[in-house]
This record gives sequence, structure tokens and C-alpha cells, in this order.
Amino acid sequence: MADKTNPKPSAQAPLAAPGRLGGLGKAELLELLRRMQLIRSFEERAGQMYGLRKIGGFCHLYNGQEAVGVGAISALDLSTDYVLTGYRDHGHALACGMDPKAIMAELFGKASGSSRGKGGSMHLFDAERHFLGGNGIVGAQIPVATGVAFAQAYRGRAAGEGAKPTGATLCFFGDGAIHQGAFHESLNLARIWKLPAVYVVENNQWGMGTSWKRVSSLEEFHRMADSYGMVGVDVDGMDLLAVREVVAAARKRALDEGIPTLIEAETYRYKGHSMSDPQKYRSREEVDEYRSRDPIVVLKDRMAEAGLVAEAEWEAIVKETDALVDESVAFAEAGAEPAPGALYEDIYAMELQP
Amino acid sequence: MSVITYREALNRALDEELARDDSVFLMGEEVAEYDGAYKVSKGLLAKYGARRVVDTPITELGFTGLGVGAAMVGLRPVIEWMTHNFALLALDQVVNEAAKLRSMSGGQFKVPIVFRGPNGPAEYLGAQHSQALASYWAHVPGLKVVAPATPADAYGLLKSAIRDDDPVVVLEAEMAYSWKGEVPDEEYLTPIGKADLKRLGTDVSIITFGKPLKMVLEAADALAAEGVSAEVLDLRTVRPLDEAAIRETARKTGRVVVVDESWPVASVGSHVAHLAARDAFDRLDAPVELVSGEDVPMPYNHGLELAAQPSVAKIVAAARRALYKES
Repeated sequence: MADKTNPKPSAQAPLAAPGRLGGLGKAELLELLRRMQLIRSFEERAGQMYGLRKIGGFCHLYNGQEAVGVGAISALDLSTDYVLTGYRDHGHALACGMDPKAIMAELFGKASGSSRGKGGSMHLFDAERHFLGGNGIVGAQIPVATGVAFAQAYRGRAAGEGAKPTGATLCFFGDGAIHQGAFHESLNLARIWKLPAVYVVENNQWGMGTSWKRVSSLEEFHRMADSYGMVGVDVDGMDLLAVREVVAAARKRALDEGIPTLIEAETYRYKGHSMSDPQKYRSREEVDEYRSRDPIVVLKDRMAEAGLVAEAEWEAIVKETDALVDESVAFAEAGAEPAPGALYEDIYAMELQP
Repeated sequence: MSVITYREALNRALDEELARDDSVFLMGEEVAEYDGAYKVSKGLLAKYGARRVVDTPITELGFTGLGVGAAMVGLRPVIEWMTHNFALLALDQVVNEAAKLRSMSGGQFKVPIVFRGPNGPAEYLGAQHSQALASYWAHVPGLKVVAPATPADAYGLLKSAIRDDDPVVVLEAEMAYSWKGEVPDEEYLTPIGKADLKRLGTDVSIITFGKPLKMVLEAADALAAEGVSAEVLDLRTVRPLDEAAIRETARKTGRVVVVDESWPVASVGSHVAHLAARDAFDRLDAPVELVSGEDVPMPYNHGLELAAQPSVAKIVAAARRALYKES
């Protein structure tokens, strides 16, 4: 897929310059809009394929949350930065530029999938694009991400104490993860060792069927950063440009000052927790209220107002991304099942020493 | 050849590997400024500095998971657990992350990490500090698990573990840290997955790993005094098991005693007993014996805690049963 144009985080242009939004020019904005639409289209199709039983098990869709993943990852430089997430990972994988064909094939369990059919929906990985998964245990990716940030600081400090890290690590998780010990232990470690970590809690309001309000001692998650002497920020997770801006600032703070940041992005998932969720815990009105703030529509309208996207251009994006998803489904359908011998492969890296 | 302690052998291995490779670092509770809760890391902070030898807060899940992430992007962490008992807090990161990342990513990532610390009972520590947890780790595909019983193997296996591209759990033993043994002066690696025949014999095979080896060798001496020739196999690695070595000694003597200080249910010892029975069935002259820890939480009282563990007398009695000798 075309992923050559991840906009660099250091865009210095004034935010309100004519012909620009959020410091970005038309081409960059169109690419971000396209990425969100690709995720939307991919997830809609994944839902259909699940209904057709092409995909099994758990399948957690990202519809509604696109602005968080795309906005945050667009603020990174994936040649040096890394991304980790939980099980609702299709959107983050696509936002990192992972090939949608390899992802769909993975959802189908095919040998041509990104993990050779051994990972499935919850375990997408792309070493080349610095996308480190794809974790099924709620919050377990947070210590792992903290370790990636540790490695970046460790390598940087080879040049001397106080030297800059080699990059930053962005870690996504949901409101359900924020009460795990793994989260709290990680934030403490990141702060005492001044690790270049940016933690993004995507508060999509529902931890499976439990409202976050029933299970949190705090109403504002970002205030948990105070307990660890970190910076806490909240942002409208339906607004891609706002997310991009706070992540860019957090990344800079991580790299320049070694201060980790906890970002709370308020967002919403349109679909159930997973494909098997009848969603009896929430009202149609609630879903509709968030749909009225749809992240794709929000960015598109702002771009249209600024004369940065014509209807024909939008239609071309929809057509192109739909075609890419069609192609992905065809690729997944055509892929071979893993060979029986694959069962014992990829367990150990090294053969036994002689 | 020098005679050094098990503790010094581990220290020498860490020292050499830290010197050899900047991607190796040691992290854990009290490893740096305190010089190690059991002094295994003595002197290493002074030599390598706080970047390479890192004290942590008491946060086993956090720093174990941190090690996994660092390993995913190319470092070679050595994570010290003050004891394996506390590692239960970190079980998720070992079982669900370290052991599975390679498989779940279709081979895209390797996790070259070492988890090490003392395992098994010491003395007077009560139930929560006296557990032999080998089977917790040995159960999990994707992990390697080694259990050095001598200073020479402690040195050679730890070095191999640090250089291995897979996660390796090292089962040390508090009681063994002060044991002395001969260690070659030149550098060497002890291969992971290879058992070591510690004593040749013809009448009965005693198979063990880790700390109980010492009492097994004493039991072999006691048996020799009554005219019984016991062969002693030290597994050294409990995952992957050296199945060929188990098969060979079991078929050779036709009588097998397995010694594992863990609880008996679903243990490494019970699995080894199964392998011996399966692979030497047509040569066995007696049922395979298992000398295990008793199936109880470890009591504090010294008499009771000794009664809860394997002993020379229990091993000798098991060998006699296998030989149908009157005890």
C-alpha cells in the first residue's frame, strides 16, 4: 500500500496559514483522511467476513476510533519510533502502513497472513514498520512498550548519561487497561528512568460491557499522570488534528526532556466490544451522538471549509480504499492454508546447540 | 581449573558477558548498589555503571515486561528475580509475552532474554519463600529452562542462556550459592538441552536436576557401600529435555528413580518418569520411582521442612524399592 508519505512530525508552518490545517498542507491532509477511510472500509469488510465465518474467534473492530490511531501515529517517525497496542489492533496496524492484504489474510488464518496465520486478529505485527503488536492480555503491552522505550534510552545513553534516546515509543491501550497493575508499574518505571514513552489511553467509554464510570476512582484518566510526576493531557479523540498535535508535543517532550506523557483520548467504538457482543448495555442514542461527531466527517468538513478537499477527491479516496479492501479480501481468499509442518515452526529462534 | 563457589561462577559469567556485549544489561531488585540480594552481582555496578546494572523498584511484573520489550528490539536483558517465588507476579509477561511473541508474530520477533534467580526451598523460610517452581516454566512452549547444579554448569549455562536468542529461565538455588566446585579457567559454554552423566553405574539410574543433585550423589555413595551401582544423570536443562539421555540410561539399567524437589503433581519429575516408562518399557524391571517434594505448602519448623523435601534416605529407599531390596 502507498505509505511513503507519513507526514513528518516537525511541520513548522503556522497552524492557521492559508491552504493549511494543523500545520499540514493539502497532500498530507488527504493522506490522513485516506488512512482513516481505509481503516473504516477495512473494518466494515472485516465485520462482513466475520459474519460469513471467514474470520473466527475474537474480532475487535476500530470503527469510530480512527482519528486516535491515525492522528497519533502520523506524529511519529517510524524509522526510529515504535508502536504497540492491545487486541483492537487493525486500525493501528493500518495506520503504521501495514499491508491490508497481509492483515486480511491473517484474519482469514492463511499462510500469507502477516503472522503466517498464527496470530489472528489480536496479534498483528510488522517488524519492518516498527509495529510491535497486537497484545491479547489487557494492559500487558504497557510494560513491553516501556521496555522498548528503555532500549531507546539505553542505546542513546551509550554516548553518555543525559544523551538523547534513539527514538520514542507510543503505546495504545483502552480504558479497560488503566486499572491493571501493569499500567501503574510501567508509568513509575518510565518516569524514574526518564524513558521516551508516550502512553495513549483510548477511552472509548466501554470496557467490554462495563462503563468506565462504574469502575474508575477518577473521572479524568489523564490525572493519573500526576501520581507519577508525568505530564497528563486530555484530547478530543474524534479530532485527528488535535490528537496529532498533542502526540507530537509528547513525542518531543519524550525525546528532548525524557519526560513521559499520558494522553487521554476521548473516543467511541461504533461496534460492539467484539463481534459476539449484542451491546445491550448502551443506547442507540448514545451511539448516534458519537456518530454525529464522526472523526472522518469532522476532518473532511474542516478540509472542505478550507478548500482542501473537493467532493470528487473524497469520492476518489473512497473508491481507492474500497478497491484496496476488495483486493485484500481476494488476496486472503486465494491464500493457502498453513502447511501442517508449520505447526512446529516459529516456536524457537535457535536450534539446539550441538 | 579453579575451585570457586556457584555464586562466583554466576558472577564470572555475568561479568564476561557484560564485557563482551554492550546489549547485555542486568536488571532487578538490589542488583546494583546492594551488590545483589545474594551477592551474585557483586562488583558489577562498580565495573559497568548504572546504565548496565540497574536497580529496580519492587515491581516484578513491570521490570520483567520491560525486559521483554527491550529484548524485542535487540537488547539482551538479564532479569534477576530475587527469588522465583516473586516471579509469580510476573508470570503473565513470561508466559503470554516472552514465550509467545515469536509464534504470534509468525517468526518476526525473537526475545533473547534471561530470567534468573534462586528457586526451591532454603531453610526456615516458610511456605511463600520455599517453593520449587520448575514446572511452572517447563510447561510453556517457547521458553527454555536450565537448572545448573554445579559451579561449572552455573557458569557455562548462564553464558549460553545470555547468548541464546530465545527466552531462557535459569533456576538457581539459594543453598547452592556457597557450594564450591572446579571451574575451568578458560571460557566455555555449556550447551542448553544436554544432560550430563555425572556417575556411571549398572544397577539403577537416578535422574535429577538442580540442587538435589548433591544429595543424589551422596545417595549413590551410600548405595555403593551396599554394593549397588547407581548411574546418576543430571538433566541440567528441563526444557528442552534431553530425551535421548533419559532413554539411554533407563534402558541401560532397567531401573529408574527420578528426583525432583518440586511438588509431585504435573511436575518435571513426573514427566521425566513418564518418558522413562514410555521409552524403556520393554527393559524396565521395576516401576519408575519418583522422589519429590511432599505435596504440602512448606512448613516453617525445621524438622517438618526437611521432612517435606527429598533426602538422601528417601532416594536410597526409592532405589532399594526399584531393586526389590529389603529396606
